[in-house]
Amino acid sequence: MAVTVESHATLGEAARALGSGATYLGGGTIVMRDLNAGLVQGRVVRSTDPALTQIRPMGDGIEIGAGVTMAAIAAHPDLGFLHPVVRAVGGPQVRNMATIGGNLFAAHPYGDLAGALLALGARVTIAGGMQRPVEDVLRDRARVGLVAAIQVPRPRDARAFGFRKVSRVKPKGVSLMSFAALLPREGGRLRGVRIACVGLGPAPLRSPAAERALEGGTLDAATIARAAQLVTDGLDPPTDALASAWYRREVAGVHLRRLLEGML
Amino acid sequence: MALKPVTFTLNGEDKAAFTEDGQNLLDLLRRGVGDLSPKYGCGQGTCGACTVLIDGEPQLSCLVLGEAAQGRRIETAAGLGGAALHPLQDAFMERFAAQCGYCTPGMLMAAKALLDRNPRPGREEVIEAIAGNLCRCTGYEPIIAAILDVAEGRKRA
Ligand SMILES: Cc1cc2nc3c(=O)[nH]c(=O)nc-3n(C[C@H](O)[C@H](O)[C@H](O)COP(=O)(O)OP(=O)(O)OC[C@H]3O[C@@H](n4cnc5c(N)ncnc54)[C@H](O)[C@@H]3O)c2cc1C
Ligand code: FES
Ligand code: FES
Repeated sequence: MAVTVESHATLGEAARALGSGATYLGGGTIVMRDLNAGLVQGRVVRSTDPALTQIRPMGDGIEIGAGVTMAAIAAHPDLGFLHPVVRAVGGPQVRNMATIGGNLFAAHPYGDLAGALLALGARVTIAGGMQRPVEDVLRDRARVGLVAAIQVPRPRDARAFGFRKVSRVKPKGVSLMSFAALLPREGGRLRGVRIACVGLGPAPLRSPAAERALEGGTLDAATIARAAQLVTDGLDPPTDALASAWYRREVAGVHLRRLLEGML
Repeated sequence: MALKPVTFTLNGEDKAAFTEDGQNLLDLLRRGVGDLSPKYGCGQGTCGACTVLIDGEPQLSCLVLGEAAQGRRIETAAGLGGAALHPLQDAFMERFAAQCGYCTPGMLMAAKALLDRNPRPGREEVIEAIAGNLCRCTGYEPIIAAILDVAEGRKRA
C-alpha cells in the first residue's frame, strides 16, 4: 500500500477526512519516523488551519492550539510556568517541530508536557467543540479524534507548580521518568493536589497514593517523605531499554521527593 | 504515486520541484533539487545530520514532509560560503571540528541558527544549541570551541 497525503485548510475538514483508519500528522516528530520506516501506510491527513497555532488568554487560563510547538510555548511570556517543561523536551530542532497536541498521543517514554498538563488539570477541545478533561484523553488515546486546542489553567502562584525530568543523557535525553506537581495552598494546607507521573505507566498517570498523602496536609519533610514512599502504589511501571520496572519503583520516590522539596 | 508541485527558496534561490506523497524534505532536497549538503543519518530525528533552517529555525528535514516546504525559506550548509568561507566554516577547519565530516553540515546549521538569534552565546548556550546533533568522531569539544571562536569574535567574515 502506498501513502497519500491530504492537506486541509480547516480543522473541521481535516476531522471529517480523518474518519477512521487515516493517520493525523501534527509536528511529525513521531509520525514521520514511522512514515520513513514504512510503518505508516494509507491516508495521512494534515491541516494548515491557522487556529491550530494560536495561543490566547481565556478566563483564568490560556488556550493553546494543538499545533503550537514546544519552541512557541518557550517563547511565550504568559506561559512561564510551562517553560521548564518544554525546554526539557528533545533538542532545539525537535522543539521547533514537536507540538503540544502530538505530545498527548506520544507513547512511553515520551509525554513530558502531557504529564504537566495532567497535573495542571488542563481540558482538551476536540474538533467540533466537545471538551474533555486531559485525563480522559490520556486514558483512551485511540478513540479521541482530532484535538483542536488545550485549555490550561494558570497555577495560582509560581510556587504551586513544579516539574522534574530524570534522564540519563543531558541535555536532550528522553525521560526515564518525569513528574509534575500541582500544590495549591489554602491557609497553609494543601488543597487540590495533583501529582502526575510520566514513564511509570503506558501513558502519563496521576499517583492517587501520593496525592492522598499530601492532600489536606502541610508541605513539610514528613508529608513529603510519605508521598515519596507511596508514589508508585497502584502504578505498574514498565521495563524497557532505559530501566527495569524494579528500578523505576526504587527511584521514583527519590525523584518525587526532590521535586517536592524544591517547592517548599 | 501522485506527484505534487512544490516551490520554495533554497539558499535564496527560487526552486520548483515535484514531491511524491510521503517524501520527506531531506530526500526532496537531495534527490529532487540536488542539494547533497544535508545528510541522512537515521531518518528518526535522532542524529541531526539532516538539520536545515526553515524560515530561520533549525528543523530536522528527515521529519518534515517535502510538500510542507511550500512557500518556505530553506537554508542548508551548501549556501553558507560565498566567494569566501563562512566564519563558522573557517573556525571548524582551524579547530579540527570535522573529522569524518558527516555531522558537519547539520552542526553548522544548528550553530548558524544560534548565532543568528544570539551572536554572543556562552558555552552552555552553545552546548544546548547543538544538543540535537550527534558527532561520533570529535568528542564535541572542537565543535564547541569553533562556535565560541566565532561568538567571541576571534573569527570574523
Ligand atoms: C530526538 C527526539 C527526542 C524527543 N524527546 C522527547 C522528550 O524529551 N519528551 C517528550 O515528551 N517527547 C519527546 N519526543 C517525542 C515527540 O517529539 C513529542 O512527544 C512531540 O510532542 C510529538 O508531537 P508531534 O507534533 O511531533 O507529533 P506527531 O508525530 O505529528 O504525532 C504523534 C501522534 O499524535 C497524533 N496527533 C498529533 N496531533 C494531533 C492532534 N491535534 N489531534 C489528535 N492526534 C494528534 C498523531 O496522529 C500521532 O499518533 C522526542 C522525539 C524525537 C524525535
Ligand atoms: S537523518 Fe534526520 S535526524 Fe538523523
Ligand atoms: S566528524 Fe564524524 S560524526 Fe562528527
